Parts: sequence; structure tokens; C-alpha cells
Amino acid sequence: MERSLTHIALFAALVAVLGLVPPIMLGSGVPVTAQSLGIMLCGTVLGARKGALAVLVFLALVAVGLPILSGGRGGLGVFAGPSVGFLVGFPVAAFVAGLVVERWSAPVGLAAGVGAALGGVFVLYAFGIPGMAVMLDKTLAEAALLITAYLPGDAIKVVLAALVTRGIAQMRPGALLSRP
Amino acid sequence: MLTLTSPVDTPLHRVRAEIKLAALCSFTVLLFALHSPVALVLAATVPVALIATGGAVFARHGLRMLRPLWPFLLVLAIWHAWTDDLAQGLAIGLRLVTAVAAANLVTMTTRLSDMLAVIEALLAPLARFGLPPRRAALAFALVIRFIPVLADRLTQIAEAFTARSRRRPRWRVLVPATLAALDDADHVAEALRARGGAG
Repeated sequence: MERSLTHIALFAALVAVLGLVPPIMLGSGVPVTAQSLGIMLCGTVLGARKGALAVLVFLALVAVGLPILSGGRGGLGVFAGPSVGFLVGFPVAAFVAGLVVERWSAPVGLAAGVGAALGGVFVLYAFGIPGMAVMLDKTLAEAALLITAYLPGDAIKVVLAALVTRGIAQMRPGALLSRP
Repeated sequence: MLTLTSPVDTPLHRVRAEIKLAALCSFTVLLFALHSPVALVLAATVPVALIATGGAVFARHGLRMLRPLWPFLLVLAIWHAWTDDLAQGLAIGLRLVTAVAAANLVTMTTRLSDMLAVIEALLAPLARFGLPPRRAALAFALVIRFIPVLADRLTQIAEAFTARSRRRPRWRVLVPATLAALDDADHVAEALRARGGAG
């Protein structure tokens, strides 16, 4: 019981800390932060339920006013901004990523990569695009067009999530809670 | 760690958090029902007036918290200049800024502990499903404590890497950082158990 609680708390803290890492600029000028990589790792390392709970704890602390969202953002304002769909999708993304790693008995790296892509890109965009469409008063297709700028960065993060999850599985097999 | 609550004392600081949150909810719902530019300008005066009453330092803080919106406003401006309906783009941008400014205002005038108390009150019904609010409160406290600890650890890992290699650490810190989080979680769990458990 205590272990579940501390894993959830420490991974919420990890997501926050990864948001502090300075963003890498891609050729297109879109900043790529490690924060959504942290969301993927919550799912692929902790598993579906604990991963989603860790992300929910992180979001609650963003809402109460800690500046821990990438770029030092935080407070209730971010839930009224154009990225609100992504924030709502974060816990679902972690859940789906974790579910794939838990249920699919493929090699860890492959399962984590597929999980991160399904959860951290596919599911996340399914929330993020309607959110942006509502907030900026655009159609879904127009909002999807605006979001394509983030695709290259997210593809890199999927690969990294797979490599990191596999790295942990190799170095400390017992530590990967999504594969008990 | 710094929070986004403003140290400048305003009358809004003394309003109960629940009331401010309820007012914010109704204001935001109303805002998204408005479409005419005149009504939106009128709505925008509410947060602007409230922020202005806090004085110059408070207003500057409010403006700084709106800064992350500028890329979206830029996209809106280019988009609507392209489609030749700048008036509509202006209305959408105004609504966005008003909604975010009003929400920021609540964050700036409410202490972290008061906000956490609201969240814990909202979580209270979950006790019936085996999640006591005490446990959620403990989780929040642990995260707040461990953000600076993990941030320091990340810096140490990166420094250790640069001491060994001429390459930049970049993504190579990720595996050790994640393992550090897993290890800390195990240690804290042991410490909690030794002190009577998490309740």
C-alpha cells in the first residue's frame, strides 16, 4: 500500500521535474519538452492504474497553483487555455500506455513503444485536438492542422519512452511495475 | 518552491476559495456562451478591473502569467488575417485571454493550502471506495517535497555524465533519473511503514 502511494507521488514529481528540463528546439521552431515523455513513462513503467493516478496527482498540483507545467506554467489558467484538451488527455494517455505494456506480452521495448504511441500520441491527440478546436473556435480538421507541428517531437518521445522502459527492464527487472 | 499566489494582498485574498472557484466556473461558462464582440469586451473588463485594483506589482504579475498565450494569439492573428475576418479572430482571442486571466486571478489570490483543502474536500466522497482523503493529502505533500529533490538529482546525474564524457548528456539522464524516482519511492515507502503506515 505504502509502495503504491510513494510510487504515484514520486512519478508525479518526476513529470514535474522533466517539465523543468530546458526544451529542445526543432527545425520548425516548435519547442519540445520532456514533460509528455514523463506522462508516457508513468504508464509504461508504473502500469495503467498507478500511472494514471500519478498523472492525476500532478494535474491536481498544477490546478492548485504550482508552476510545474512545462515552461513554468500552472494555476487554473492553463485549464482555460488552448492546451486544456491535452491536460485532460494526459491521465488517459498514461492509462492506455500502461495497459498495452501490461496486457501485451511482446518484448518490453516494443510493447512500451507501441503503448507510448497509442497513449501518448493517438489518445492524447484525440483529446487535444477537440480541446484546441473549442478554445480557438476552429473546426477539428483546422485544429489538427495546427497540432501537426508537435508530431516530430512526439515521435522522438515515443522512441525515448521505449528505450528508457527497456533500459529499466534490463538493469532492474523487478522495478518495472507494469510487468509484475 | 515558489507558488503562483501573489504576495500582494488584495480584497480577493480574503474571499473563501470555494466562492471564488464557483464564481470562476459560472463566469467561464457564461464567457463561452457569448459571441458578440461588445459582450466579450464587457466581460473582459471584469478580470481587468479586478487585476487593476491590486496595484502595479499585482497587475504585472497578472500580465506575466498571460505570456504563454502569445504563440496561440499569433497563430490566430495570422489565420484570421489570411481568411480575412480579423474581427472574429479578435473576438476569439479576447475570449481566450479573458478566460485565462479570470482563472489566473483566482490562482493569484488563493493560497496553496486553501486550494489543497478544496481538492481534499472534493475527494472526500471517494473514502467510500477505499481512498481516504488523508492518503491523497500525503501524496500531495510527498510530491511537493520531492520535486526539488529529484531536480537536484537530475542536475547531479547530468554533471556526473559531463565529467566522464565530452558529449552532452541530453536523453542519457532519463534512465538514471527514472531509476532514482523508483528507488526513492521504495525508500520512502519503507520509512512510512516504519512510522506506522500511510493510514
